[in-house]
Amino acid sequence: MMKRLRAAAGVRLPLAILVLYVLVAIFAPLVAPYDPDTTTLAQRLMSPDAHHLMGTDALGRDVLSRTMYGTRVSLLVAVVAVLAAGIFGVALGVIAGWRRGWLGAVIMRLVDVVLSVPFFLLAILVVAVLGPSLVNVVLCLALVRWPRYARIAYSTTLQTRDRGFVRAATATGAPAWWIVLRHVLPEVLPVTIVVGTLELGLMVVYEASLSFLGLGVQPPTASWGSILSDGQQYLGSAWWLATFPGLALFVLVLAVNLLGDAARDRLDPARRTDVRRSRIFKREVVTA
Amino acid sequence: MRRSPSRVLSSGTTRYVAGRLGQALLALFGVVTIVFFALRLSGDPARLLVPDGATAADIDRLRDKLGLNASLWDQYLHFLGNALHGDLGYSYVQNRPATDLITERLPYTANLAVAALLLSLLFGVTVGVITALNRGKWQERVLMPIVLAGQAMPAFWTGLLLVLVFSVGLRWLPSTGYDGPLSLLLPSITLASLSAAAIARVTRGAVLEQLPLDYMRTARAKGASGFRLVSRHLARNTAIPVLTVAGLELANLLGGAVVTEVIFAWPGLGQLTIQSVSARDFPVVQATVILASAVYVVINLCTDLLYGVIDPRVSAGGKGEPA
Repeated sequence: MMKRLRAAAGVRLPLAILVLYVLVAIFAPLVAPYDPDTTTLAQRLMSPDAHHLMGTDALGRDVLSRTMYGTRVSLLVAVVAVLAAGIFGVALGVIAGWRRGWLGAVIMRLVDVVLSVPFFLLAILVVAVLGPSLVNVVLCLALVRWPRYARIAYSTTLQTRDRGFVRAATATGAPAWWIVLRHVLPEVLPVTIVVGTLELGLMVVYEASLSFLGLGVQPPTASWGSILSDGQQYLGSAWWLATFPGLALFVLVLAVNLLGDAARDRLDPARRTDVRRSRIFKREVVTA
Repeated sequence: MRRSPSRVLSSGTTRYVAGRLGQALLALFGVVTIVFFALRLSGDPARLLVPDGATAADIDRLRDKLGLNASLWDQYLHFLGNALHGDLGYSYVQNRPATDLITERLPYTANLAVAALLLSLLFGVTVGVITALNRGKWQERVLMPIVLAGQAMPAFWTGLLLVLVFSVGLRWLPSTGYDGPLSLLLPSITLASLSAAAIARVTRGAVLEQLPLDYMRTARAKGASGFRLVSRHLARNTAIPVLTVAGLELANLLGGAVVTEVIFAWPGLGQLTIQSVSARDFPVVQATVILASAVYVVINLCTDLLYGVIDPRVSAGGKGEPA
């Protein structure tokens, strides 16, 4: 009984939550009670009631609707940033691990360097220079996060290239690109998918943090970070602005983190302890 | 024929230290390079630096003043050379060296980061050890959800909620600014919350890994338990992963400090960074990123070198990276 409950808490519940968020993001125009950008000054800063379940903001916009639309920005940025960083990082990591030599050395030193910059600051610098926008946020998150994937892809490729089936394939004269696609990538992808899941929660937090600082998506587009930033100005008079979008963010990140943990456990039960993860994945846990 | 252990140790140690130093220098050089080119991502920095509505002539004058009419390579060498002399550029808004602005703000951020790191180590290690030693008991069932929740709370939300409860609601603590040690409390808790969760998980994992080992069984058979078990037997063997994550967390603290400082109007580097971004004072942003990276690189170098002190096998084995 307890075991079942725990299993449900580990995978099913977070998965259901994630699906719910995706559905809300896709069908936001259908499920949101109001238009997220319509300002009704007569109804500014109304506390939550039956008409506005999460209250209204300083321009009289419905906070529930804005939070629902904010799901779109959050998920879109997080998913695209993870995919972009993942593809770029895996490509470079596999190349470095397969070719080794000077090319591998150069790539891996670059990985070390990017990892030694406190990356939230680097992200701020990049977005500040490029100018804040949805595309630039994705670009900058991908630019600062690809080394995570490169490092794990590199070490997995190194381990794989010496294994029997790869040597056998080499001996039969198969071309390198075919061996990499057919034998190396299938070994690399599961680990990177786990890293990607763990990163997804981080990306949600970073998008919100950048938006909170005014460096993310620009108004009037609704983003959880920017609603919270408004909320900070009205902390004394409108507590709902600073709580509900944060709650939406918190539940999503919690669900994604639990899924990431479950994915890691399933991938390799031997690596269940957190120490190993800190060494192998060298993951930074949610910041900012 | 065995070589004397001390000789093996010393030559291995020297190589380890030298290798690690080289790596750190390379990283710093790389950081300066990345930051230099990051500013060129948009093309012409002069365009970024002039105020809105500047004329073409203004931009050209600025290009001249900044040396932007030289080749990119010359500019890069110039930037590198200046950085070596501790000259990280000039603030366009305040007309002062960027390093001056930074050193004024640094103590505030250092205060905040050190307080947060201490808090998160205190909480993280305690919770990690307690949950590991009490697997399946109520302590674990109560504390682990808190750790998981802590990991999913972004700093800016934690900060807003703390202000909402303790400043707006209860009126116990000042919400913003810096006056006295009490005003350090909320910002450092905010900043510490995430790192504390990470440190708790790693500590817990490290302790769980040690528990089934022979020496632990022996220690327990000898009657060691509780505080003595932890301090005499576990501490040294779990220190390395905990130190590693604490070092890594420092980068998070430096980054997280930006958001935390904005929420609490804390007069530190993070606020300077955001003010400089909105004033388009890029040399200051550049300098902050370089300085923060330098601090991060040096601290990670120190934790890596500390491994050798805690666990002599690290440096003797010549394994450069514990990763």
